[in-house]
Amino acid sequence: MVSLGMLSLLSCSDRAHQLIGAGSSFDNPLFSKMFYSYFQSRGMKVNYQSIGSGGGISQLINRTIDFGASDVPMNREQDSLSPAKVLHVPITVSAVVLSYNLPELKDTLCLSPQVLAGLFLGKITHWNDTAIARLNPGITLPDIPVVIAHRSDGSGTTHIFTSYLSRVSGEWDDKVGRGSSINWPAGLGGKGNEGVAGLIRQTHGAIGYIELAFAMQNKMAFGKIRNRAGRFITPGIASISEAADIKMPADGKATLADTDAPGGYPISSFSWVILYKEQDYRRHPKEKADNLLRLVDWMIHDGQRYSSELYYAPLSPAAVRAGEAILGSATFDGNPILTHHN
Amino acid sequence: MPTSLPAPAISTPAVRDTVNIRRRIRRAFRQIRTETVFKQALVISGLLLVILVLGILLTLITQSVPSIRLLGFRFIWGSTWNPVKDVYGAFPFLLGTLLTSFLALLISIPFSMAIAIFLGDYYPTGWFASLLKNAVELIAAVPSVIYGFWGLAVLVPMVRGLEVRLGMQQPLGVGIFSASLILSIMIIPYAASLGRSMIQMVPGHLKEAAYGLGATRWEMIRHVVLPYTRSGLFAGILLSLGRALGETMAVTMIIGNSSILPKNLFAPGNTMASVIANEFTEADKTVYLSALIELGLALFLVTVVINIIGKKIIDRLTND
Amino acid sequence: MAVDNVRYRIGKSKGFRALTFVFAIACMVPLTAILFFIIRAGITRINWHFLVNIPRPVGEKGGGIANALVGSVIIIALASVIAIPIGILAGIYLSENRTGRLAYWCRLAVDILQGIPSIVIGIIAYFWLVKPLGGFSALSGSAALAIMMLPVIVRSTEETLKMLPPSLKEAAFALGMPFHRVVLKVILPVGISGILSGIMLSIARITGETAPLLFTAFGNPYLTADITAPMQSLPLLIFNYATSPYNDWHDLAWGASMILLLWVLFLNIFTKLISAKWKVQL
Repeated sequence: MVSLGMLSLLSCSDRAHQLIGAGSSFDNPLFSKMFYSYFQSRGMKVNYQSIGSGGGISQLINRTIDFGASDVPMNREQDSLSPAKVLHVPITVSAVVLSYNLPELKDTLCLSPQVLAGLFLGKITHWNDTAIARLNPGITLPDIPVVIAHRSDGSGTTHIFTSYLSRVSGEWDDKVGRGSSINWPAGLGGKGNEGVAGLIRQTHGAIGYIELAFAMQNKMAFGKIRNRAGRFITPGIASISEAADIKMPADGKATLADTDAPGGYPISSFSWVILYKEQDYRRHPKEKADNLLRLVDWMIHDGQRYSSELYYAPLSPAAVRAGEAILGSATFDGNPILTHHN
Repeated sequence: MPTSLPAPAISTPAVRDTVNIRRRIRRAFRQIRTETVFKQALVISGLLLVILVLGILLTLITQSVPSIRLLGFRFIWGSTWNPVKDVYGAFPFLLGTLLTSFLALLISIPFSMAIAIFLGDYYPTGWFASLLKNAVELIAAVPSVIYGFWGLAVLVPMVRGLEVRLGMQQPLGVGIFSASLILSIMIIPYAASLGRSMIQMVPGHLKEAAYGLGATRWEMIRHVVLPYTRSGLFAGILLSLGRALGETMAVTMIIGNSSILPKNLFAPGNTMASVIANEFTEADKTVYLSALIELGLALFLVTVVINIIGKKIIDRLTND
Repeated sequence: MAVDNVRYRIGKSKGFRALTFVFAIACMVPLTAILFFIIRAGITRINWHFLVNIPRPVGEKGGGIANALVGSVIIIALASVIAIPIGILAGIYLSENRTGRLAYWCRLAVDILQGIPSIVIGIIAYFWLVKPLGGFSALSGSAALAIMMLPVIVRSTEETLKMLPPSLKEAAFALGMPFHRVVLKVILPVGISGILSGIMLSIARITGETAPLLFTAFGNPYLTADITAPMQSLPLLIFNYATSPYNDWHDLAWGASMILLLWVLFLNIFTKLISAKWKVQL
């Protein structure tokens, strides 16, 4: 342990030997494990800070970081603001679960897309509403008001959830729309997953959306969602992987929301590592580009072994292949960088 | 400046006198030069501060231009904050900021003044005084995040219990009142510390004169100490208010983060600073980002207005 | 009748003293509650490894806060070096010039500076220092923190010096001392207690600040002393750990908070020792 500290002190002056990344806080636990192991095996230091998906994108555009990580692909405006083309490499899969505080329920709550939209639009105000009762025939629902818990801070998780709601409910798409930060028709805001979870835990009758990894770590109850095939799916690594097992587009930007996979969880999403296609730019020498490409390549191959124990779904073989192709298209001064894959 | 001449070979009293006079003249010129340089340094540092604030204002304005062009004055009066549809109305946040800050100030004043008087007059020295002084300074050092977490874990359930007792329909616990409570704790050190220094420096002879006239301790404090330190105490209170206006982290965890206009003190609300902190990194459109910076500009201007009013009050107090 | 009145007045005085006492002690209540809250969870984590190791990912034992400790010391020291001279000089200027155009605007500027939220200052530092230079650095973080320290230092210095009896200054001038000597050797030493209080308060304030460092110092999982590179600091680390999903990391956050508070305490004690050595009254 002490030697590790000594080692890092000795090589701290070697700034070309360090990579800087920022972005999604969802990916942070996985990345911290990945980068620690990478440092131990390859001696390369990676400094990743979770400032949020949007932060990762804007810092990459400003060229203050080497790579970003985002739960949301860059939108058209960000693309136009970016000085050069940006590659999106799928790195892991996340899911948004609906957690609730109803300890009197003996069984897991079942929810449908329409009920979800109704709840978050503020139209379904009490738990014993017929719409909810119809989905849960065996459970007696209490006659208490529904308290919605949402994110107060801008977040990729909100974006994933609201994109899903926009897809399944025309009314939601009309009235509210999708975004990292929206004008919530109802409910209280909590900062970060922790804030929302805290609100849920403290308020009887609360329901809110949080990341799967967070819910599992904190042993929170979450509901089954009906997917397009009509089945009520429990979110978990298996159901997310099934939703993510799709034919990947060439640019890597695939949407998994409202998946039509029969056993797939409908509120899943990819998370991407973003970097510039042309790696020859100011303060970014060839050595750094080599190190970066090697790192991301490792992340989609060997790095995936850390996923399951932290409740992340590993990439499907199709996603890995798509990632390899995307990485292979990265160039330095026109010449491809990666010559082989590890 | 007289140049230095070689020291004379012979040393007589007359020669020594001239050498000394020359030395003294050189020293005097040097001192005048240092004095001028020092005075210039003072002016430069004063100027530096003004330039700093002007620079901040300029940066805020230039970065808000896209949003100002789109929204104009609707920004201030609008009550809807909808980043998806690019409708940005900051009024609920303005209200939330003013409500929480002033309420927090009101709650904290008795406590900070009590500490200032207690440590400045009753117990200026002693082990207990050091303990209390360190404790007060420690309050300022606790990171805002910790206040937020502690507030969520301890304060919010207490307020929720209070709301239930008051018979409210939705006892949430989070809201403007809870945020003001936590803020009031956080801003105590500023008024208390400055106030204590002021009160401690009241000249002894003034206090003794009051006693000599037969005043009790309370009367001495009321009629001598407080009027003497009025402007300093008020300056400390302004410092506390400034801190309250700008506090972000703790407030954002406890205020409930609702963009709807609060109906009463226990309703959830939002403040300008916490909206900026929450949404800045995720703002994915240029207009959105500049709207947030315009919010920062609005907060900046609110601070300016409050401070100008405060200074007028201080002037009134000092001249009386 | 006069006797009754005296007893009433004395009673009022005693009552006020009791009231002041109660209110002053009441301030200790939330502080002790918070300390209790932090210590209960954090004390289990503090050991030698905690202090000398750098952070480990979740699930691995032996992670620590060494990088944040060193980083905080460097960033705060740098911020103090920037802010203290300017702050004291500006404070002296303001106390010497009660009226005057520049003094008025300067005083207004100081009050405005105090009210700017820390996140806005962080954003400003980002636009001024990080974006043009193309990278995050501890230096830009220190600059942002220095801006936050200025108002408290200037205000305390100004108010302290204003309270000094003018006879002190007049006596020094009468003895033929030049202006800078009067200020540096007579005025400042007498007012050092108030000035030091202001400095201590400003350091205490920035020790716990997270928002200005988010886009400037950025953070760094490794130990480094390079001020032109990103650096970790205690409040950043606390914030990251406290808002993570892992109870393991939460405990680390509380442990780090304990260290932070202990540090501020030591700083205070250190200041007292120094002023005792200089034999100034605090």
